[in-house]
Amino acid sequence: MEIDHPRAHRSACLKITLGLLAIWFVVSFVGGILLRDLLDANLPSIGSAPFGFWIAQQGSIICFVLILIAYAVLMNRLDKQHGYREDK
Amino acid sequence: MAQGTLNFIFIGITFAVYITIAFRSRAASTKEYYIAGGGVSPFANGMATAADWMSAATFISMAGTVAITGYDASRFLMGWTGGFVLLTVLMVPYLRKFNKATVPDFVGDRYYSKVARGVAVVCAIFICMTYIMGQMRGVGVVFSQLFGIGIPAGVLMGAAIVLVYAGMGGMKGITYTQVAQYTVMAFSYTIPAIFIAMAMTGNVIPQLGLIGNYNLNGEVVPFLEKLNNINLELGFQEYTSGKMSTINMFCITAALMCGTAGLPHVIVRFFTVKDVKAVRKSACWTITFIAVIYLTAPTIGAFARVNLIENLHSTPYAEAPEWFSSFEKTGQMAWVDKNGDGAIQYFGPGKSNSNSNSVFIGSGPAYPGDDAPDSQRIGPQGQRLLANEADLSNPNELYFGNDIMVMANPYMAGLPMWVIALLMAGCIAAALSTAAGLLLVLSTSISHDLMKKIIKPDLSDREEVNYARFASFIGLAVAAYFGINPPSAFIAKTVAFAFGLAASSFFPTLLMGIFSKRVNREGGIAGMFCGIVFTSGYIIYFQFLGGKAEHLFFGITPEGIGFVGMFINFAVTFIVSAFTPRPPTDVQEMVENIHIPTGANETKQNDFEI
Repeated sequence: MEIDHPRAHRSACLKITLGLLAIWFVVSFVGGILLRDLLDANLPSIGSAPFGFWIAQQGSIICFVLILIAYAVLMNRLDKQHGYREDK
Repeated sequence: MAQGTLNFIFIGITFAVYITIAFRSRAASTKEYYIAGGGVSPFANGMATAADWMSAATFISMAGTVAITGYDASRFLMGWTGGFVLLTVLMVPYLRKFNKATVPDFVGDRYYSKVARGVAVVCAIFICMTYIMGQMRGVGVVFSQLFGIGIPAGVLMGAAIVLVYAGMGGMKGITYTQVAQYTVMAFSYTIPAIFIAMAMTGNVIPQLGLIGNYNLNGEVVPFLEKLNNINLELGFQEYTSGKMSTINMFCITAALMCGTAGLPHVIVRFFTVKDVKAVRKSACWTITFIAVIYLTAPTIGAFARVNLIENLHSTPYAEAPEWFSSFEKTGQMAWVDKNGDGAIQYFGPGKSNSNSNSVFIGSGPAYPGDDAPDSQRIGPQGQRLLANEADLSNPNELYFGNDIMVMANPYMAGLPMWVIALLMAGCIAAALSTAAGLLLVLSTSISHDLMKKIIKPDLSDREEVNYARFASFIGLAVAAYFGINPPSAFIAKTVAFAFGLAASSFFPTLLMGIFSKRVNREGGIAGMFCGIVFTSGYIIYFQFLGGKAEHLFFGITPEGIGFVGMFINFAVTFIVSAFTPRPPTDVQEMVENIHIPTGANETKQNDFEI
């Protein structure tokens, strides 16, 4: 397939990257560190663990896995839309 | 069967597997030596990267750190996993497209400068060397315990094994051995956790046990509440709340994340897969495999802490479990009977006015020599006596190292002997896999980037690989020397150094090199230089020259300063680049090109048989 509009591909790629990094930042830094005490106090516990504590020790790691899966899926779809594929 | 024999069998079997794999997949060409031929499956590379990433220290000590500091240890849990998000979305797909064998290669080409390449080589060597010393020490300690030989002999034995398969097998040999090593590590880490979770909480899945109920001896309370109560009762801070300042916690986590994304031995692992699409897939596997261990670490830490306290606190020494004395022998645990009541007491800093809970004076336990009279070596209860003076400012009598939470865990929970043997094999796998990966980066940085690209450009490929093998030999010899004579205080402090350096040099320099067409040679070099000088200056001042805690910049400890150094690098690079000429057109084209996800193998590398 013809390879076209690398610029459009690049800006769409940047959007995906920044979007996922925003989630990454909110979960780990905002949820696990900056607003932890607020979350501990105001959100329901996960099992018997305070919400912020659980995010910092378990939830954030689970989110990282999901973020990377989302990255792979979204980027592969984007490449396909723009006609980038390895020739067999 | 004795525990010793069982350990021996388990480790013997795993070694036989590693060596067989290394032999069958030894490198036959330069491309196989550097990047395993570039055709490793994403799944296998994910496992190999996870094994490479988890060092002996992570494997043995991380759960202990969580157990002792509770919430505060989250900085390591998040820092060492979150870094992979940065690594995957910002770095490796683009560097893979660039299609070269090493990280300094990219720095040298993108900033079209031998100086930049040289700085990158020095950083890569320093980071690898720092790490590998600790690995060799870890191997030595485990071997000496297993075979009853001295630590020096244990270190040399480990070094010989690593040399065989890293030197001979190159990246290809290392990759497939690491796959086997990850498997051993994952089982040996999670199986004890599952057993203990079942015993303490009735939950098969440790992660659910952690947030579930504690129900041993008919008592049912939420597990974390139980842990908090124990901690408060004994004078520690509440387990689920930390005492570290928020800004420091933020900076350390960020420095560990950015450092992770800039570590050369992790980045090169992704050069071994087929194309950019495979890189993304491989990153998913990597983070999944790492998460298996990192999600288990906090559970082991929490369970082991409760177990340890229930087993030992207020227990007369004479009735203490058998394993306690065996860890006394190795110096990993110690008891100083301060009040002379014959019972072990464990207290936190909250129980004294001195706000410390140190058992003795000095940084680690010291023992009288074998020639000392028995009265100096063996106490009235039969305990092993220390040469250190007791610290009488507080009532705490129990000393234990961070590694005890993993090493003593199966004993505390009364698990079968084969679990302990498996754990030993896991420790060795963790140390060997990391040492081999680092050694490869170390040797290729020297042979490829230093010798071929800077000093002797007319080097043939065969000679280059021979240089790499020779460099691995020298690198291992140096690492083994420091493994035998550890500058112990130094090793612990240099971890801050390795991550600080990676966060303030490689991470920002690679990132700008990938995403900006405007940054140029002058900016890149000036930025790296300022970032490194600031970060290492700060660390050296506060770690080695006795800088006072009240002079810390916003209270940021040296572990977190790489994050500030990173911003200095960014700022200097942009400002200097703005006032100097644009990079040449071919470099600008190169930057355009690495953003196109296909054709990662079009720029053919020369590949020669060796």
